[in-house]
Amino acid sequence: MTEPLIFDLGAPGRGSCSMPEVDVPALPLEELIPERLLRASPPEIPEAGEREVAGHFTRLSVLNYGVDTGFYPLGSCTMKYNPKINEYAARLPGFARLHPYQPAGQVQGALRLMYELQGYLAEITGMDFFTLQPAAGAHGEFTGLLMIKAYHESRGETGRRRVIVPDSSHGTNPATAALCGLEVRQIRSGPGGTVDLSALSEALDGETAAVMLTNPNTLGLFESEISEVAGAVHRAGALMYCDGANMNAVMGISRPGEMGFDVIHLNLHKTFSTPHGGGGPGSGPVGVKGFLAPFLPYPLVNHSPETGSFFLDFDRPQSIGKVKSFYGNFGVAVRAYAYIRALGGEGLREVSENAVLNANYLLSLVRDSYRVPFDRPCMHEFVLAPPAGFKEAGLHTLDIAKRLMDYGYHPPTVYFPLIVEEALMVEPTETESRATLEEFAAALVKIAREGLEDPELIKESPHGTPVSRLDEVSAARRPVLRWQPPEGK
Amino acid sequence: MRYVLNTDGDRRVMLDRIGAAGAGDLFRDIPDGVRLRRPLDLPHPMAEPGLHRHLRELAGENLNLDDYACFLGAGSYDHYVSPLVDQLLLRSEFYTAYTPYQPEISQGTLQATFEYQSLICALTGMDAANASLYDGASALAEAALMACEETKRGKVVISGATHPEYRATVRTYLKHRGIEVAECPDTGGVTDAGLLARLVDGRTAAAIIQQPNFFGCLEEAPEIGEAARRHNSLFVVCADPVSLGLLEAPGEYGADIVCGEGQGLGNHPGFGGPYLGYLACRQKLVRRLPGRLVGQTLDKRGRRGFVLTIQAREQHIRREKATSNICSNEALCALAATIHLCWLGKEGLRRVAELCLQKSHYAHRLITSHKGVQASFKAPFFKEFAVRLEEDPEEVNRRLLQSRIIGGLDLGRFYPGYAGQMLLCCTEQRTREEIERLAAGIGGIAND
Repeated sequence: MTEPLIFDLGAPGRGSCSMPEVDVPALPLEELIPERLLRASPPEIPEAGEREVAGHFTRLSVLNYGVDTGFYPLGSCTMKYNPKINEYAARLPGFARLHPYQPAGQVQGALRLMYELQGYLAEITGMDFFTLQPAAGAHGEFTGLLMIKAYHESRGETGRRRVIVPDSSHGTNPATAALCGLEVRQIRSGPGGTVDLSALSEALDGETAAVMLTNPNTLGLFESEISEVAGAVHRAGALMYCDGANMNAVMGISRPGEMGFDVIHLNLHKTFSTPHGGGGPGSGPVGVKGFLAPFLPYPLVNHSPETGSFFLDFDRPQSIGKVKSFYGNFGVAVRAYAYIRALGGEGLREVSENAVLNANYLLSLVRDSYRVPFDRPCMHEFVLAPPAGFKEAGLHTLDIAKRLMDYGYHPPTVYFPLIVEEALMVEPTETESRATLEEFAAALVKIAREGLEDPELIKESPHGTPVSRLDEVSAARRPVLRWQPPEGK
Repeated sequence: MRYVLNTDGDRRVMLDRIGAAGAGDLFRDIPDGVRLRRPLDLPHPMAEPGLHRHLRELAGENLNLDDYACFLGAGSYDHYVSPLVDQLLLRSEFYTAYTPYQPEISQGTLQATFEYQSLICALTGMDAANASLYDGASALAEAALMACEETKRGKVVISGATHPEYRATVRTYLKHRGIEVAECPDTGGVTDAGLLARLVDGRTAAAIIQQPNFFGCLEEAPEIGEAARRHNSLFVVCADPVSLGLLEAPGEYGADIVCGEGQGLGNHPGFGGPYLGYLACRQKLVRRLPGRLVGQTLDKRGRRGFVLTIQAREQHIRREKATSNICSNEALCALAATIHLCWLGKEGLRRVAELCLQKSHYAHRLITSHKGVQASFKAPFFKEFAVRLEEDPEEVNRRLLQSRIIGGLDLGRFYPGYAGQMLLCCTEQRTREEIERLAAGIGGIAND
């Protein structure tokens, strides 16, 4: 089942175009733009009719798998249900049809929403201030680390040029440190999968700018010694950065601010139910303790008690500057705002309780059939490794992932975290039913059996998808990254 | 509970199976010292009808561009978006999917992204484009970093007529890598090419311009590209993709990297985001591209399919050695741009560009015919232009609002030297009647 490229549809002279004729007195093109700046030939855009375009993209959509299609237990990504009222809200003309440079007096509702959301996120995380400017989690990390750097520099501590990350960290953590011009030092996790305090203490010194941690960590384990970790980091004069990717486990239960973190980024597209969009847009708000507030990117949304109105505060002389144009992914913020207002504080705590319950229940259903590298109660996600005998049969985690597609599931995250060989990282989220978890567990258990009985069946999977396994090696070696017009055209 | 399916009965069964007495047991790894001992202090939950009303009321506190004719541009544009775009974006297989790491069940996103990359290449005259970045500002910053990596040089020269927020973002990204950012001021609304040529030297990784620039003016781009080439610096052009329906593809006049804001293609102004940054380059730079790339390949049965490719550039593989830290991009906005361009077609995009050009020039003629109003700049322009007013722009805008018009941007916000000058934009959306109302509003009182 394949779909032609849009470039292979349509016909010369056919077009959807229902743009009007020019309705103002017009001048010849050459009088308006020097010919040397004009295009010699039109860009190769398909000439398809609206009906063809609608059909093409509809057919493409059914080759995809989304949260609404079925179970999507992708670890670290929190693929929870995306409530439809959020989509409605973001499309209201009063939100979607606003220009970012309209004067504040014309956009009080939008500024109010942003201001309130900043406050809600601060309350949920135990931080003092939030910026909504970063467009994604990694963008939030960038913003947060730059603020930490600016803080140290403001105190004359310019030698703090190193960031410590555990070996279980997300790839964005070290990549962000490098983007900020900082060095990365990776420390080994302890035998229990959490931070090894002695390894951390050894790594900490006067050149440490920050320690980046995820809590619960990427193995789905809560860092029980987090207060001791924070104490050691702060004694060394460094700051604590929280990758908030796993906030879905602890809302209303524990707050990073109280754990000793100084900075946190959240992923509105994970914890706060905004859709992932096939890769984006996301939103990565950053929260800080009060002492870092001067360094937040400008502008901040603020409220004037005197006038009772909301405004954009550009007067921030110590700000790290801007990390993107305008004020962040506002449309994503609208969705997250709607979600928080739908659930309230109690509802968010129930989200986390059910996320953790679902993960532990699912783990209990598969722990006898798979290897569990860190076999203890988990938080909102857990990590498995392939069953005994799979390695000998030449089977890998990837094969399990592909076979799950035949049973109608999106596979878990594979080969992450890096400290578990052949990792399968499972995050069911709170929005799945007990029945779904049981059916998924049954499929995993069945695959464990199939692998030993008929390894070829699994190696050749998936069998029922629009395409079978694709040749990724050739794709990378001889990249074909675009459609090319036929010769002579 | 909303969005959670477990009943009390389910929870009982599940807790029993786990061997936990209650939900509290699930969190026993969390030490008492870091437990929250009170409920979160958030507003009470709202039932859906009340939430629906609340959201409408909040939205209703804003003046929106459906009710007011908007002549603001400056990096966010009120171009027409067909309902076709939004209805296809609402296919939940698209918008509720994750990044297409599992290609067998992600061909929809992957093929659409391949088509997006192809369209960006066609518009810009480049060989390869990535799957999108956050916005025009961050795309320009990434382009500058690419140029520094490629040339192993530590300085970029950027035109001061580039969007001020883009320049601010570029400075944020480059400062911490120890890269010098030299700004070349404008003369009469366009980059001073002579000065720029003097600023570009053997240490310069890239010369960067915006076309059309922030003032709406067209740069003598080929000449600036020449200046870059004299020192083997790369030439980076930040281009409005809508303008490329009429204007020469930057690849044809020597650009090495072309990037920009793609919002004007199928995405609403949305109070500044989400937008999409596009980034395209010549073949020799492909392996330095940040972010995701989709490539064509074959499956085991020889059928064409698409995959994420050349991933050895990316953070999840290379960690601190990655070309960028980007993970999430703006895939759905890129899908909107793809559908929008395909809907417009070859002729349609040209028509949109012509409408922008003719309407903005008509507005320019009407407005500058008023006594006391002068054109700020003489350079040719595409869809935006600046005028010098006798009155305070804020005052003029207040008056325009009474005629249901959202007026232009006071350039003084970013360029103190140009205070009192108003930047105006006409997209294809602005009707003749609206333009005449704008001109009357500006001029009527100016003649008093």
